[in-house]
Amino acid sequence: MSLPYSEFFRAELGPGLLDGLWVSLLVIAPSALCGALIGLTAGVLRVYGPKPVRWLTECYVSLFRGTPLVVQVFFWYFALPYIKIGGFSIVLDPIPAAILSFALCSGAYQSEYIRGGLNAIKHGQIRAALALGMTTRQAVMSVVLPQAFRRALPGCGNEVIYLIKYSSLASIITVNELTGTATTIAKNSWRNIEVFCTLGVFYLLLVTVATWLLRLLEDSLSVPGFERPQS
Amino acid sequence: MSEATPILEARSLVKVLGGNRVLENVSLDIGRGRVKVLIGPSGAGKSTLLQCLNFLIPPDSGHILLEGREVEKTSKRELCSFRQQVGMIFQDFNLFDHLSALENVRVALMKVKGMPKLEATERAVAELKRVGLADKATLYPANLSGGQKQRVAIARALAMDPKVMLLDEPTSALDPELIGEVLAVIRDLAQGGMTMIMATHQISFSASLADEFIFMERGRVVEQGSPADLLGRGSGSRTQAFCSKISELTGESGEAGSECHP
Repeated sequence: MSLPYSEFFRAELGPGLLDGLWVSLLVIAPSALCGALIGLTAGVLRVYGPKPVRWLTECYVSLFRGTPLVVQVFFWYFALPYIKIGGFSIVLDPIPAAILSFALCSGAYQSEYIRGGLNAIKHGQIRAALALGMTTRQAVMSVVLPQAFRRALPGCGNEVIYLIKYSSLASIITVNELTGTATTIAKNSWRNIEVFCTLGVFYLLLVTVATWLLRLLEDSLSVPGFERPQS
Repeated sequence: MSEATPILEARSLVKVLGGNRVLENVSLDIGRGRVKVLIGPSGAGKSTLLQCLNFLIPPDSGHILLEGREVEKTSKRELCSFRQQVGMIFQDFNLFDHLSALENVRVALMKVKGMPKLEATERAVAELKRVGLADKATLYPANLSGGQKQRVAIARALAMDPKVMLLDEPTSALDPELIGEVLAVIRDLAQGGMTMIMATHQISFSASLADEFIFMERGRVVEQGSPADLLGRGSGSRTQAFCSKISELTGESGEAGSECHP
């Protein structure tokens, strides 16, 4: 029989997964941030944009919510180099390709939460802003969006939690993040059960920290009338 | 501009909503420092008229003139500058729920007038003081009473230095015991020379304030004249009939404003 688990973890699994964790964070953090920005923009445009822009953002959301994320990841990594425009083509390294896929997919889902938040704000808020001489854009940006964002935050946070876990798909385009590293270690050591259970614990920790950070964000944005219900 | 030019003038406003002619060729004008009160049953078009006057509801046809100059409603820029000069008070307050009382008053000063934060804050504090809410500046709408919310809304409109104020049933959403504080602020404004057009059911209050009553029914101006003329005993006016119906319903000894005879 091979090493006991504690030895295996200390010598091989732990350091390996820790390296993978950093790569995972390198993928997750920018994806979540860009995803939120894309979601905010797309959400606002879907509700308040001019007709053609509204239509375009609807198409974006349908496309990215309607196709499997694996297909999207493959597309950006494998298919994009074949698309030549004027002799130029874009070849993405694995990590940028993963970030791009996750940000675009996450943005499509985030925009749905933002859209819901925007629609929940009473029209009187916009009328009051317009009556003070604000432009529609000012009214949306400084009156409606700050309220909608607070309403949408729990849903948006949920999407970030999903993102943390679907970031494991980066491993299929050779990114050595948590899941990629774990797969390699499992293959070499033949200790699948221990490796993948430990991997699960790593994701659980990651999600716990993210949940805590999202709570902090919610609390810092909390004002009377927009607070989290206290149980 | 001559002394007699009205501050705000509406000519032949027409608005059709869902097949109903909500406004049927309505014209009115108001001179500096005057107070006109719109009365009439619900659905008469009072609220639509007020919102057409600052293009929150764009009229289907008709013209609106500010100090004798027609407002070009297709120019967004002109609309914004026009609306800054026409303050609007809503029945349901419409305070910005995510901003404190102070921020509610300050936000348009900074975003629309481009005032620096410090100056805007000073102005906002002064306006809150004017409506008696200096000590509530840091509270959010969720923590204010209805009367306080409406007073913040008035302060918010006043901060823009409007030339005329439109008030759409400012006390209709308030509990009876809170109406008085808002009416007191409105009275102060009128006595300070603010030009106002107000839709209300507070008949005796507005009779003591208004230069003219405008009685509307089914999208038309049916009667207009001084409160004393329209409400006088035996005047036989529609206004008088309408007002006595209100006072019957609320009882002669009811809350301030339900009575008809000034």
